[in-house]
Amino acid sequence: MHEQAMNYLFPNDVHVMWSLMIVLYPYITGLVAGAFIVSSLYHVFGHGELRPVARLSMVASLAFLAVATTPLLAHLGHPERAMNIMITPHFTSAMSAFGLIYGIYLILVLVEIWLIFRVEIIELAAHSRGFKRRFFSLVALGVYDVSPEARRNDKRVIVVLAALGIPAACILHGYVGFMFGSVKANAFWSTPLMPIIFLFSAVTSGIAMILVLYEALTKFSGRRIDGVCVQSLAQWLWLFATMTVTLELLEIITLSYAQNEEWLIVKPLITDKIAFSFIGIQMIFGSLIPFILLGIVVLMRKYLTDTLRHVIAFIAAIILLIQVFSMRWNVVIGGQIFSKSGIGFRESYTPELLGREGIVMALVILIIPFIIMSVFNHFLPLAPPPEAEEDSTEVAT
Amino acid sequence: MSQMKKRDLTRRQFLEIAAVGAGGMAVVMAGGGLALVSANTVTRGLGRAFGEFEYDPTKHRYIYLVDIEKCIGCGSCVRACELENRVPKHFFRTWIERYHISRSGESFIDSPNGGRDGFEPQVMGADVTKAFFVPKLCNHCTNSPCVQLCPVGASYISPEGLVLVDSERCIGCSYCVQACPYGSRFIHPETHTASKCSLCYHRLTKGLKTACVQNCPTGARKLGDAKTLGDEVAQIIATSEVHLLKPELHTEPKCYYLGHSGEVR
Repeated sequence: MHEQAMNYLFPNDVHVMWSLMIVLYPYITGLVAGAFIVSSLYHVFGHGELRPVARLSMVASLAFLAVATTPLLAHLGHPERAMNIMITPHFTSAMSAFGLIYGIYLILVLVEIWLIFRVEIIELAAHSRGFKRRFFSLVALGVYDVSPEARRNDKRVIVVLAALGIPAACILHGYVGFMFGSVKANAFWSTPLMPIIFLFSAVTSGIAMILVLYEALTKFSGRRIDGVCVQSLAQWLWLFATMTVTLELLEIITLSYAQNEEWLIVKPLITDKIAFSFIGIQMIFGSLIPFILLGIVVLMRKYLTDTLRHVIAFIAAIILLIQVFSMRWNVVIGGQIFSKSGIGFRESYTPELLGREGIVMALVILIIPFIIMSVFNHFLPLAPPPEAEEDSTEVAT
Repeated sequence: MSQMKKRDLTRRQFLEIAAVGAGGMAVVMAGGGLALVSANTVTRGLGRAFGEFEYDPTKHRYIYLVDIEKCIGCGSCVRACELENRVPKHFFRTWIERYHISRSGESFIDSPNGGRDGFEPQVMGADVTKAFFVPKLCNHCTNSPCVQLCPVGASYISPEGLVLVDSERCIGCSYCVQACPYGSRFIHPETHTASKCSLCYHRLTKGLKTACVQNCPTGARKLGDAKTLGDEVAQIIATSEVHLLKPELHTEPKCYYLGHSGEVR
């Protein structure tokens, strides 16, 4: 009888409207913002030890930005009308800001990447023939000045753009969090903490992805992994992961302590309905284990060999990538598992395998950025140029 | 002779009858024709008047009243709505909830098939102290979350204050479905756009009542117009203890509940 009393769904609340694609969307924009922050740590904050990943993180940001809209398109009932968001935005809607924020951020990233790779682009245009020459001449935009003076100017502009990019990246991802946090009808989403949690977990996922990519790519290409760079990334990762998890816990603790009406539905949600993905994956496996692993890297750095440090950091980063994904899952899916009646739960959601919003589609979307990066790397190497080449125009450190 | 007279008379009579008959026929035919013509004119006139029903949206502000004590849970409203608005199966523009409240304060709520087919009697294991039906529909909120966050303006508020959806603009993002605190919205499985109660806008503009109000046998559902002087519903709302659903969200609904109990979600 009690179970019946605890389970009434509004009749229209039977379906989970926001699927795997909407889990993927904030995950991808988080990677975009996080990767950008890594590159800004080098360009703006002068963390020279991150030089090996500065280019990689910028291009990774662009590559994921390129696919950021695809999960939304796959989800829309009428993807052919998607441009309405850009053409006829309804300005009281958080979602309508998407076109503007996305557009500004895209331009910013493109210009910064162009400036970073300008010299290489000109060299490529000069040393190739046929279509490739025409293509890179076009990409060079008719500017062939590579004098030390011009390159110094490039660096200055890069610093300004990277600095402007920080608020832009924060707005890009903060807005995604705001889209959930501002839905007052949803007890699990509606908290001003939501954009902040999204933002911190975005930086966490970005740093984790860059760490994983850097170690994997360097190992794969037979180069030596820079221990100082990995150590720095691991430290930043530890800091941001700790803050992320603290915020995530604070949200729940506040709800629980305040004993508001929301807690009546959130409690059975997190302790029963999504207990495995929330407590098991997000909190214990995804947060506690990397916290310990990265703690070892940060606090016991003197006692670790390079290899051991790289392995521990790599594993922790992989787990944190899973943690952030599970956080997106728990927010998006968890927030839809209960009815607006506040006393009923739907059947749990399992994503379809094939189909527009299926698992295969999600994997394809996640693989595309890596293809973009590898094509990019084929022409314009993501590994940093030799120190000597940059010495004349050094800005960082 | 008598036969002749008879024949004469008969002939005369025949002629007379023929003349009268012909005249009569002519009169009848003319009258009939006239009647037909005039009837046609009247009908056409009426039709024109009906077709040109002068509807000024700015002169209305519709309000809706649910009298919980009068609802018998028959489901006529849900069926009428389904027919009138071609509501797809398993989705609801309006529905009825049944509440059983036990002495210890527990609520047992159900709405089998949205109450469309009425409610089977239920034997409760608990000590039920009150039971009632609550019809639900879009609250046509003035401070409407769904309208606020529609990214393309496909959800909008009409001059009468009704929340409507332009299905030709809707991109089917479902954000409004997430935002509605009352569970009134759904994505139509065929059009893939947002759908919900329009308060039978197509009927209102012809001077008709909504299908649910029209078909409620007990008068539990009432449609009013706050801009009409002496409107019954406006009068009840002004003078009785009426409640709104989820007032803490400040959505400012235009759907009021009379005889509302605190357990209603």
